Amino acid sequence: MQPPVDAHITRVIREDWGRILSALTAHVGNYALAEDSLQDAVVVALDKWQHGLPEHPDAWLLTVARRKAVDRLRRTANASRKEQELALFLEQTRPDQEEAGVIPDHRLELIFACCHPALEEKSRTALTLRAIGGLTTPEIAAAFLDKPDAMAARLTRAKRKIRDAGIPFKLPDAADLPDRVEAVLRVIYLIFNEGFRTNGATLTRADLAEEAIRLGRILSALLPQDAEVKALLALMLLGDSRRHTRMDDAGGYVPLEGQNRARWDKAKIREGTALVKQALADGPAGPYALQAAINAVHAEATTFAATDWPQIAALYDLLAVRAPNPVVAINQAVARSYVDGAEAALSLLDQVAKTARLETYQPYHACRADLLSRLDRPLEAAENYRAAIALSASTAEKAFLAQRLAALDPT
Amino acid sequence: MQYMLLIYNAEDNGPQPGTEEFGPYMQGYVDFTKEVQDAGKMLSGDALQPTATSSTVSVRGGKTEVMDGPFAETKEQLGGFYILDCDDLDEALAYAAKIPDAAYGRIEVRPVMIFD
Repeated sequence: MQPPVDAHITRVIREDWGRILSALTAHVGNYALAEDSLQDAVVVALDKWQHGLPEHPDAWLLTVARRKAVDRLRRTANASRKEQELALFLEQTRPDQEEAGVIPDHRLELIFACCHPALEEKSRTALTLRAIGGLTTPEIAAAFLDKPDAMAARLTRAKRKIRDAGIPFKLPDAADLPDRVEAVLRVIYLIFNEGFRTNGATLTRADLAEEAIRLGRILSALLPQDAEVKALLALMLLGDSRRHTRMDDAGGYVPLEGQNRARWDKAKIREGTALVKQALADGPAGPYALQAAINAVHAEATTFAATDWPQIAALYDLLAVRAPNPVVAINQAVARSYVDGAEAALSLLDQVAKTARLETYQPYHACRADLLSRLDRPLEAAENYRAAIALSASTAEKAFLAQRLAALDPT
Repeated sequence: MQYMLLIYNAEDNGPQPGTEEFGPYMQGYVDFTKEVQDAGKMLSGDALQPTATSSTVSVRGGKTEVMDGPFAETKEQLGGFYILDCDDLDEALAYAAKIPDAAYGRIEVRPVMIFD
């Protein structure tokens, strides 16, 4: 047993996984076969590499995985003629670039296949973590608090659909590209938020947030010209910079107002802020650029009182036009309350509530309760706090809201 | 790959015969059919008579039962189909979006099973 060696090997494999898998998929033309074969190669590597890594671990894995693909095709007892031909083809060919020792990078094609809109949303996130992130199925199941069997079945269904429905392994047409990039960004942000979702007593599932940032970096390197790709990476870095201050020692939820800003991650803030500036320099700001900019403004305030609320409110006004949704509307009302006062914010919120269905939305009640308490209307505030507590799924959040409710002065 | 594009819509939804919109709507089908034919993608395709003309057959215990109407009494009914030969799902989806009824009902895109 050599756990440190295993950990090192696992890291090397995970680092190279997406690139090797994408090259192999391009070569064998079948994602599921490529993934199974690479997994076979990893099993061999975990054994053989105990006494030292090969000079080029990635090339080693690719070579072994290709051989495993041929084995798998041969083993299929009722292999169709097409599969037999493919096995023969794979045995006799090596991609040109590989002769030169370069593994071609087809990760972008792989990402677009994994995030294809024809796949179920949750399957897209799971598949992206598997194919690009190199996480194992049990790891993904644990991250989503799912049973391993259920996650394995989900991934199998998704892979079958890729194959049988003919989801292509290629870059989308220029006309489809913006929509498809947006779909990829959405998947990565979902993974990030899943890592941050308040759930039971724990607030942060750090690994998923870190994975999402890693995916964001990969995508940003592959699509360096795309401002929204940069902006999403910035948004995640800035959000993650506050990770350790969102929770107190007892596991309780700490709002922005009460966070210890000295403990915010300065390196992440610096990197995120620099990326926001680049994203904003590239023309009209998209939804991710606006959200990242809002986070950058928060990050540069040394105290809550020093927050540049007019700037934040202006950014939310733009976001509310560009990407209207309940979350944005509520945050816009909060920001406006620090610029135009709680009364104006309350009427803005009630205006939005008329058109959007916010009655069953916890943050709506929490926001309304806060505004009402600031307007010295404790009885109505208490009503909204109770509704928010009833709608919250998180223990930490419920405790925080109950605290606020208890602090109301009913006189 | 071969894909079947199934056109679903409620029969009273979308442009109806005798209205001003009906002409351009039908012309849309003529244009679409010509486009897929010219691109060499068209394998077959037809419109179907309304579900009022439909009968459903089942055989249970050797006994044939015939019923009036479609199997499922849903609002949206199969009104027609195309079978296209496309490079991949993206191409099939792009064609599906061009079918006039995509703007009123919905188009289901299903790969055709090939036994080899």
